[in-house]
Formats: sequence, structure tokens, C-alpha cells
Amino acid sequence: METTVGDPLLNIAIFGGFVLVTMIIVFRASRNNKTAADYYAAGRSFSGPQNGTAIAGDYLSAASFLGICGAIALTGYDGFLYSIGFLVAWLVALLLVAELLRNTGRFTMADVLSFRLKQRPVRIAAATTTLVVCFFYLLAQMAGAGGLVSLLLGIPDKVGQSVVIAVVGALMIVYVLVGGMKGTTWVQIIKAFLLIVGAGVMSIWVLAIHGFNLSTLLDHAVATAGTTDILAPGMKYGVSDISRIDFLSLGLALVLGTAALPHVLMRFYTVPTAKEARRSVVWAIWLIGIFYVFTLVLGYGAAALIGPEVIAAAPGGANSAAPLLAFELGGPILLGLISAIAFATILAVVAGLTITAAASFAHDIYASVIKKGKAEAGTEVKVARRTVVVIGIVAILGGIAANGQNVAFLVALAFAVAAAANLPTIVYSLFWKRFNTRGALWSMYTGLISSIVLIALSPVVSGGPTAMIPAADFDVFPLSNPGIVSIPLAFLVGWIATLTQRTPEDPAKQSEMEVRSLTGIGAEGATQH
Amino acid sequence: MGDEAPHSGTETEADFAGIQGSERFQELKKRHRSFVFPVLALALLWYFAYVLLAGYAPEFMATPVFGSVNVGLLIGLAQVATTFIVTMVYVAYANRRLDPLAEEIREGVTGEVR
Repeated sequence: METTVGDPLLNIAIFGGFVLVTMIIVFRASRNNKTAADYYAAGRSFSGPQNGTAIAGDYLSAASFLGICGAIALTGYDGFLYSIGFLVAWLVALLLVAELLRNTGRFTMADVLSFRLKQRPVRIAAATTTLVVCFFYLLAQMAGAGGLVSLLLGIPDKVGQSVVIAVVGALMIVYVLVGGMKGTTWVQIIKAFLLIVGAGVMSIWVLAIHGFNLSTLLDHAVATAGTTDILAPGMKYGVSDISRIDFLSLGLALVLGTAALPHVLMRFYTVPTAKEARRSVVWAIWLIGIFYVFTLVLGYGAAALIGPEVIAAAPGGANSAAPLLAFELGGPILLGLISAIAFATILAVVAGLTITAAASFAHDIYASVIKKGKAEAGTEVKVARRTVVVIGIVAILGGIAANGQNVAFLVALAFAVAAAANLPTIVYSLFWKRFNTRGALWSMYTGLISSIVLIALSPVVSGGPTAMIPAADFDVFPLSNPGIVSIPLAFLVGWIATLTQRTPEDPAKQSEMEVRSLTGIGAEGATQH
Repeated sequence: MGDEAPHSGTETEADFAGIQGSERFQELKKRHRSFVFPVLALALLWYFAYVLLAGYAPEFMATPVFGSVNVGLLIGLAQVATTFIVTMVYVAYANRRLDPLAEEIREGVTGEVR
């Protein structure tokens, strides 16, 4: 496994074909982008099933496909636990957040959080957490791009990989600049469809090889891996008491993070009504759930047909399990197809994150805080477009720095930050009458700062050969995921801070928010074209 | 202050405090919360039971059930199944018990039908 797998030219050709087709679609879809509602929320014109597929596209990132397949192939059952957390998390989004949020906001998470509180400080805080979460998530996607490239295009050196990361970033900027939310959503829909079909075909193929008997597949995986450990929990997280707590922390971050991810929340605004928002989540849950069952088969399939040692030694490491399996099954053509899909996945998710971050900056910081709500709609979109370029460049640089890290793991960090910084304030402001500005600010900043500080002091950043800075040693905090500390802390601080604010918030705004959130009165509907 | 909500364009002049105090709205709120909170609590309890079992009882999870398929794998797949079931039950509940009431309140205010 020294150099490449498959034919780099074929891989590039298939990928180029995908880019060309989606570019045409993005261009056609975007001709009606005029207002902010068009650019950020696609004119609220998508149906539930369409948006649900796009949510699945947003959510089934490179982390889900490459990362989870790799984690299952290498650490067996412990990789499967990621899938379960990622899926069950959708119940929080479905039951608590999706519809109420659709009814109360317009474009961003900050719209909802600042609805009945003091606009400026809460908006600034919510926009800050949005940008930070998007940044972590972007890092994960760009790191995935680097790993994939090293495997597929035969570019083993870091400089060459960096160039490709830059190309991916540049393509993404073009998609978002031209297409806005509508174009981005169409790319997500196409990509989700290709990804789920591709994973489904491979899963059936793997099962067919093993006589459609799951037990035979598992036996084969055990035989190739040389250990029965991959079937039971504990390979990665059962080593010590600390690692078990780390695992619990991860489980908490995964299940509570989804409903607080800004790029997922923003998708609820692209549909015309709360009922469509509900339908989108239902579609997303079905697609995502089925996909994760596929990844279980693919992960064990890769362990059985290729073997954990070969995967770990391949360029790209764990992230290369799915592409290697594709090559094993269908040769260079299937490899080319699956890698093009994985590339498309990264591109589409990065585009979704970028538009979220840009909308948050332009809508919350520029239009609402700097211009105090008096910016002309045209200038707001202009600012959003410029922000896209800046974020794109930051993502490229960050991706080059994070190249080589496990992507599922990096995404888990983004989930931890989202759950700690955003979820307490979202839940409190939707369900707790007394909640106030002080509570929101303390909760958001506590969640954000505690998560980041704990990550910085964790074994992820320093103190070991696999750390980001292997030479340094300041890993005071033993857990690699901060969720178990930062999430309860943010809930607690938000609660205490609320109780200590003497002046109550405007009760009329509270009434308005509660009535609107449950009934949908005054919610902005679809725009006509 | 600069603290006014920039929700221009979507203003509906409705008596929100009045609606909030109305019996219908309180009924809607009660129906929503009495479903959402307990169901979510149960689902999360079941999920964390699974996470704790995987973390602290790996031998139990490794018990084979048929062939090499063990308890852990089956509980994992059961999590997927329960997620699907909760989703479908909620949608049925919302369609039957929440949506008609919300629509009634909406029509009472704006006279618009969507």
C-alpha cells in the first residue's frame, strides 16, 4: 500500500464530472436569488422530503462515511457507538427544537435566542458560538479531504495534499457564492442520494459475499482481524476508568450536539411551515438511520475483506477503509465512484457550513448589531458573500493544519462545543418562562470557553505521539471529549445566572415567542417567484 | 437602546398575551409538553443505559445470541428501531392532537388559512 489505489486519472475524471453537473444545477437554481430570504433560506421554497434529504446530506458528512467505516473496521464495536449517538440525537431535534425554531426565527439561530432577550449582546454571543462550531466542523471536513486525496490521487507529500485542500476550498467558495442556500441545498440533495445509494450497493455486495448472513460476515471479520475483540465494546474505550468516562462524555456530546448545530438548525428555515420542518426531520431520521446500518456492514466488511492492519497502514489511515473496500469489491471504477461521492460529501458539507457561518456574520453581526437592523437587504447579502470568501480561506488554512486527524473524532469535538454553548440557551429560551439575558450570556460563554479550554488542555492537543502538538506536554485534562464537564456546567451556570438577574425581561415578548413557537402565527412563509 | 427585534416584514398585530392566557392555547401547550418531555426523557434514558452497558459491562454485551451476533449488536440495532418508532409515534400524535388545535388558534387570530 505504498502509493495509490486505482487510477488517479479515472478518479479525477469522475470527480470532475460531478463538479460540472452540480455547477450547472447550482447556476440554474440560483438565478432567482435576490433577497436575503432567497440567499439564506432558499426563499423557504423546499418541501419536507427535499429538505429532509438535504439535512441528511448535511449530516452524513465525511465523518459519517469515512470516519465511522474506518472506526468500525479498526476498533469494531466502539465505532458503531458513534452511529447510534449521531442517530438518537435526532429525537432531541425532532421533539424539542425543529418546529418551535421554524416558527420563531427567520434565518439564524441567533434570531431565536435573542427573540425575547436583549438583542445586541445575545446576538453577538450566538453568532460567536455559531462561528466557532462551524470552524471546528470545517476543520474536520477539510482534514477528511486531505486524507482522501492522499489515497486517491497518489499525492503522499503534505505540500501536494495542501494544494488539493486549497482546490476543494476554492470550489466550495464558488458553489456558495453563486448558489446561495438554494444551490447548496440542491448539491446536498444530489449528494445525499448518491451517498446512500452508493453505501447501499456496497453493503448488499458485502452481505452477498457472505451469503446474506451477518454472523458469517462477523466471523470473517474476526478471522481477518485475528481477534474477537472487534465484536464487543471496549477496544478503544474500555482500556481504563478514564477512557470509560471519556466514552460517556462522547456519548453525551453526540446525543445533545445535533440539535444545537447551527448549520442543521438553519436548514429548518428553508421550508415554508413548521409542519414541513417536522416532515424534513422525519425524512432525515429515516435516511440517516438506514445509512448507519449500512456503515455497520461496510465497517465490518472492510475489517473482513481488507483487515485492520492494512487499513491502518494505508495512506489516510482509518479514513481510507471505505475507499479501500470499494476497490476490493468493484475495482478502480467503483473506487472512483465512491471517492467522487466522498469528495462531493466534503464539498457539500463545507458549503453548508460556510453559508451558515456567513449568514450568521452578515445577519447577526453586520445587519443587526453594526447597522442596528437598518442595513439595506442588498448590502447584507453583499456582506454575506464577502464573508464566504474569508471563511473559505480560513477553512483552507485550518484544513491544511488539521490534515491527518481522524475526522469522526474532530466532528465529535464540534458536537461537544455546540451542545455546551448552544443547547442550554435554546432549550431554556423555548421552555423556561423566567429565562433572561444574563442567563443566556453566561450559559453560552461558559459552554463555549469551558469546551475550548478543556480541549486545549486535553490529550488531543498535547502530551502524546498522536496529539496535534506531540512535542509539548500540557494535557492537564484527561478526557479527549469535554462534553461531560462543559454541557452540565453550561446548563447549571445558565440557571444560576438567570435566577440572579433582578430585572425581569419584557413579558410581552415572552408571550409572543411562546404563542408563535407553538402556533406558527406570524411565521414567514414561502416567497413567490 | 437598539434592542428592538428586527422582525420587520413578519409583524402580525395579535394580542399575544391574550392568546397565551386563553384556554385553547394552554391546552395546546399542555398537550405538547406532556408528550415531548416524557418521551424524550425515556429515549435518552434508554440511550444512556446502552452507553453505560457498553462502557461498564462489555462482557454482557459480548454474549453471543445467534452465531457471532451478540447482545451488544442487537441492542445497538434496537436503538435504531426505537428511534424510528418514536419518530412515527410523534408524527401521528402531532398530526392528530397538536396541528388541528394550533390551526384553530391561528385562524382565530389572523383569519388566514395556510
